[in-house]
Amino acid sequence: MIRLEKRSQPSREWSIATPILAVLITIIVGAMLFSAIGKPPFEAIRTIFWDPLFGEFAFYYRPQLLIKAAPLVLIAIGLSLGFRAGVWNIGAEGQYIIGALSGAGVGLAFYPIEGLYILPLMVLAGAFGGWLWAMIPGLLKVKFGTNEILVSLMLVYVAEQLLASMSLGLLKNPEGFGFPGSRNLQQYPSAHNAELIAGTGMHLGVVAALIAVIFAYILLTRHRLGFHIRLAGEAQRAARFAGVEPNRLILFCLGISGALAGLAGLFEVAGPAGQVSIDFNVGYGFTAIIVAFLGRLHPVGILLAGALMALTYIGGDIAQSNLGLPSAAIQVFQGMLLFFLLALDLLTNFRIKFGKSEVA
Amino acid sequence: MKISNLLTGVTMTLALSTGAMADPTKVGFVYVGPVGDGGWTYEHNQGRLAVEEKFGDDVETVFVESVAEGPDAERVMTQMALEGADLIFTTSFGYMDQTINVAKKFPNVKFEHATGYKRADNVSTYSARFYQGRAVQGHIAGNLTESNIIGYIASFPIPEVIRGINSAYIHAKKANPDVEFKIIWAYTWFDPAKEADAAKALIEQGADVILQHTDSTAPQAAAQNAGDVYTFGQASDMIEYAPNPRVSSIIDNWSPYYIARTQAVIDGTWASVDTWDGISTGMVKIGEITDAVPADVKAEALAMIENMRTGDYHPFTGPLKKQDGSDWLADGETADDGTLAGMSFYVEGLTDTIPE
Amino acid sequence: MDLSAINPALLIASLMVAATPILFAAIGELIAEKAGVLNLGVEGMMIIGAVAGFAVAVESGSPLLGFAAAAAAGAAFSMLFVIMTQLALANQVASGLALTLFGLGLSALLGQSYVGIKPPKLDTFDIPILSEIPGIGPALFSHDIVLYFGIALTFVIWSGLKYSRAGLVLRAVGENHDAAHALGYKVMRIRILAILFGGACAGLGGAYISLIRVPQWTQGMTAGIGWIALALVVFSSWKPLRTLLGAYLFGGITVLQLNFQAAGVAIPVEYLAMSPYLITILVLVILSADKSGAPAALGRNFHASR
Repeated sequence: MIRLEKRSQPSREWSIATPILAVLITIIVGAMLFSAIGKPPFEAIRTIFWDPLFGEFAFYYRPQLLIKAAPLVLIAIGLSLGFRAGVWNIGAEGQYIIGALSGAGVGLAFYPIEGLYILPLMVLAGAFGGWLWAMIPGLLKVKFGTNEILVSLMLVYVAEQLLASMSLGLLKNPEGFGFPGSRNLQQYPSAHNAELIAGTGMHLGVVAALIAVIFAYILLTRHRLGFHIRLAGEAQRAARFAGVEPNRLILFCLGISGALAGLAGLFEVAGPAGQVSIDFNVGYGFTAIIVAFLGRLHPVGILLAGALMALTYIGGDIAQSNLGLPSAAIQVFQGMLLFFLLALDLLTNFRIKFGKSEVA
Repeated sequence: MKISNLLTGVTMTLALSTGAMADPTKVGFVYVGPVGDGGWTYEHNQGRLAVEEKFGDDVETVFVESVAEGPDAERVMTQMALEGADLIFTTSFGYMDQTINVAKKFPNVKFEHATGYKRADNVSTYSARFYQGRAVQGHIAGNLTESNIIGYIASFPIPEVIRGINSAYIHAKKANPDVEFKIIWAYTWFDPAKEADAAKALIEQGADVILQHTDSTAPQAAAQNAGDVYTFGQASDMIEYAPNPRVSSIIDNWSPYYIARTQAVIDGTWASVDTWDGISTGMVKIGEITDAVPADVKAEALAMIENMRTGDYHPFTGPLKKQDGSDWLADGETADDGTLAGMSFYVEGLTDTIPE
Repeated sequence: MDLSAINPALLIASLMVAATPILFAAIGELIAEKAGVLNLGVEGMMIIGAVAGFAVAVESGSPLLGFAAAAAAGAAFSMLFVIMTQLALANQVASGLALTLFGLGLSALLGQSYVGIKPPKLDTFDIPILSEIPGIGPALFSHDIVLYFGIALTFVIWSGLKYSRAGLVLRAVGENHDAAHALGYKVMRIRILAILFGGACAGLGGAYISLIRVPQWTQGMTAGIGWIALALVVFSSWKPLRTLLGAYLFGGITVLQLNFQAAGVAIPVEYLAMSPYLITILVLVILSADKSGAPAALGRNFHASR
C-alpha cells in the first residue's frame, strides 16, 4: 500500500521540482489529447509554450504576457496574504469589477477636463472601491462571524449586475449611438493608463504588480505583520499568544486583497480594456485564486504562476488561429495543467512511503 | 518615442514581408462566441466556410473563437495581422475600438468590423438590415395570432434590438390592428435556460406567436412543447423546428459579403466602405416560409420581400408616430439611416418601456 | 400592466421546472458540504451531466437512461475532485475552480456532434387523482418523473440526515474531522462518498436542463446555474427542506421576473437579478446568530497522520 507521511518541513527541492514535473506531464497528456482530436501534437505544444516567448513574433507577445499576467499577479498577491492567514476571499472578481467601476466613474466624471491629477484620483478610487467591496465580507465576518468565502462569492454576482446596469445606464457613452459601454478612456489622455514606454506592455498595472510582489515578499519575510499572518494560518492558538488580533488581521487581509483587486480592475479599464462594458470582467478574479495556489502562496511563485497562466492563454489563442485547435481543447489543456500543478504539490509537503497502510 | 517607432516599424515590415511572401490570401476571423453556438458566431463561421469553398487554395482562413472583448481581442487581431493575414473580420460590436487600434498599426492589412460605426482608411464596417426581416415576421405574426398577443424575447436595449421590435410591431399592427406585443428583456444574447423560461412565460400569458432576438433554439423547443405556438428562427435558420413551430426565419447570411470582400482584396480593389445591406444583396435571408402559414399570407410576405429587395418598400414608411405620440415620419416619408442606426425610441402603440 | 395575464397555476408549474436543476445540484452540494467538503466545481459537474445525459438519451432513445448516465458521469467527473482534494490534499477552492474550467471545456469537446439535435421527450407523469384537481392539479401533479424524484430525494436526505446513523456520522465528519477520526470513522471514505453523491446530483441537475428544461445541447448552457446552487446551499443553511424552499424561491424569482416583464410591469431587471445573492448574504448574517450554521470543518483538508 502507498502511504503518505507529512514532512516536518516542506521540501525545498520538491517545491521547485513539482511545477516543472507538472508542466512536463501536462505536455505529454496534452499532446495525447491534441493528437486524439487530429491536431499535430508537437506543433501544438510548441505553439502554446514556445512561440509566445521565442517564436518569430515574440517581440509582440512578450509585452502581451505582461499585460495578461499583471492583473492576475496583482490580485493573486493580495489573495495569497489572506489565504496564508486562513482568510478566504474568493470574491476578487467582484472587487475587480467595483474597482474598475469606481475608478472609471471618477475619470468619466471629469471628462473632458484634462489634468495630471485625474489618473491618480482614479487609482485611489479604484483601490478604494475594491477595498470597500471586500470590507463587506470583512465586517460581516468580524461582527457576525459569517463565512467570508460565501459572502465574497455572492458579492461577485451582485457586482456583475451592477456592471451591466452601469454600462447600460449611468456610465453609458452619450456619444455611443445608444450602444452599451462607456466612453473609451484610451481616448481621454488624462485618464488613460498608457504604456510607460510604448511597445513594452509596461503600464502602471504591471509596475504595481511587480511592486506588490516585492512588497509581499518583504512583508512575509521581514515584517512582524507578515509573521503574524503566517502564524495565524499555521497555528491559531500560538498566534493569539503572540498578540495577534484576529479581527484586525481579517480586516487587513480582506482589505488589502480587495484594494489590489480594485487596482487591477482600474488599471485594466483605464488601460488595455479602455472602457466599462457588460462583459468587461473576464474571470481574472477567479483565475487569480488558482494562480495564488499554483504559486504556492509565495510572492515569487505567484509571479511565475501568473506568467505561466498568461502564456497558456496567449499561446492557446495562437494555437487556435494557426492550427485550428478548438478553444474547448485549450480549456481542457489548461484544466489539466491546473490539476497536475495542484495535485503534485503533495510531494512538497508529504513523503510517499510504500508499506502497510495504517489509516484509510 | 523612438522605441515605439522602431517597434512599429519592425511590426510593419514584418507584416509587409510576410504578406508579400505568403501566396494565398489570408483571411482572419475573430469570433465573440463559440462556433457551435448555433446562432451569431455559427453564421459568421458559415461565411468563413463559404469563403474557403469559393476560393479553395487561393485563400487560407483562420479563426479564433470565444475571444473576450477588450485586450484579448486586440491581441488576437494583432496576432493574425502579424502572421500575415491580409483581411480580418472582427465580428462583434464590442471589438470596435480594438479594431481601430490594431488597424492603425497595420496600414496594409484590411479590417472589417461588424455592426460598429468607426471607420478608417483600412477599416470598413458592415451590418445587416435585419429590421427588413422583422417586417416580414411582423406581417406573418400579425396574421397568425389568434390571441392577438405576440411575445418578443429581446436581448439588450440597444438600437439594433429596438429597431427590430419597432419594425415587427408596425407590420403586425398593419396586418392586425388588435395586436399587442409582450416584451421580455432577457439581458443576454445566449442563455438557453433563461430563453426557454422567457418563452414559457410569454406563452402562459397568452402569446401564440413568439419572436426572439436571442440566439438559442430554446424558445423554439418551448413553443413546440406548448403546441399551437408559432416561432421564427433567429440568426440561423433553425430549420429543425420546421414546419411547426418555426414558420420562417431571419438568417444572417454573411457569405456573399465575405466572398465579395475577399475577392476585392485579391483584386486589389478593396476600399473602406460602410455597408448596411439587407435583403437586396442577400445579407438578410428569409428562411423558407412553411405551409403552416396560410397561402395568401405567404404570398403577401413574399411580395413584401420582393418589394424590399427592389427597394420599392421601406419598412419604416410614414405616417408613423413615436410612442409618446409625437410625430416621427410624415405620410410617405421613409426613415433615414442615421435615425435608424441610433434608434432608441418605440413607435406609437407599443406599451413596453425601454429599460434604462 | 396586466397582472391578470399571469396564470398562477402555470406560473407554479414552470417555476417547479426552473427550480429542479438548482435543487438537484444544491442537494448534492449540501451533502458534500455537510461532510466538510467545499466543492466549487458544481457548474463543471452539471455541464458534464448535461452533455452526457443528452448524448445517452439521444443515442438510446430513452431519457431515463440519459438521466442515469448523467448521474454516473457527474459522479465519475467528481472523482477528479476526489483525487485532488482527498488523495493529493490540494486546496479545495482552487481544485473546485479548476474542475469547473475543465468541465466546461471537456463538455464542449464531447458535445460537438450533438448541437442542433432534439432529444427524446420524457412523458409527464400525472399523479392519479391529485392531477385532476382543478387549478392546482395540473400545476403541481402533472410533471415528469424526474422532478418528483428530486423532491422525494430531498425528503429522503432530510430524514436521513436527521434520523439515521449515517447522517450523524456525516455531520460528525463535517464538524470536526479529527474527532470523527478519533472515534474510528473513516473520514476520507465518507468524504469521498459525499463528493461522489454531490457529483451525481449535479449531473442529474445538468441533464434536467439539457433534456427537459430547455431541451437541447449547446456548450456552456448551464450558464451559471451551478453557482446559484452554491448560493442556495448557504441560503438554506445546510438544511434540505429549506433547500427545497429556496430552490423554488430562486427559480421563482427568475420566472416571476420574466412574467412581470411580459405582463408589462416595468422592473429594474438587474436589481431583481441580484436579489437572490443579497438575500443569501442577509440569511448568512441572520444565521450567524444561531450556531447551527456552516459545518465547522468546511473547506479544510484532513490527513490522518497523527
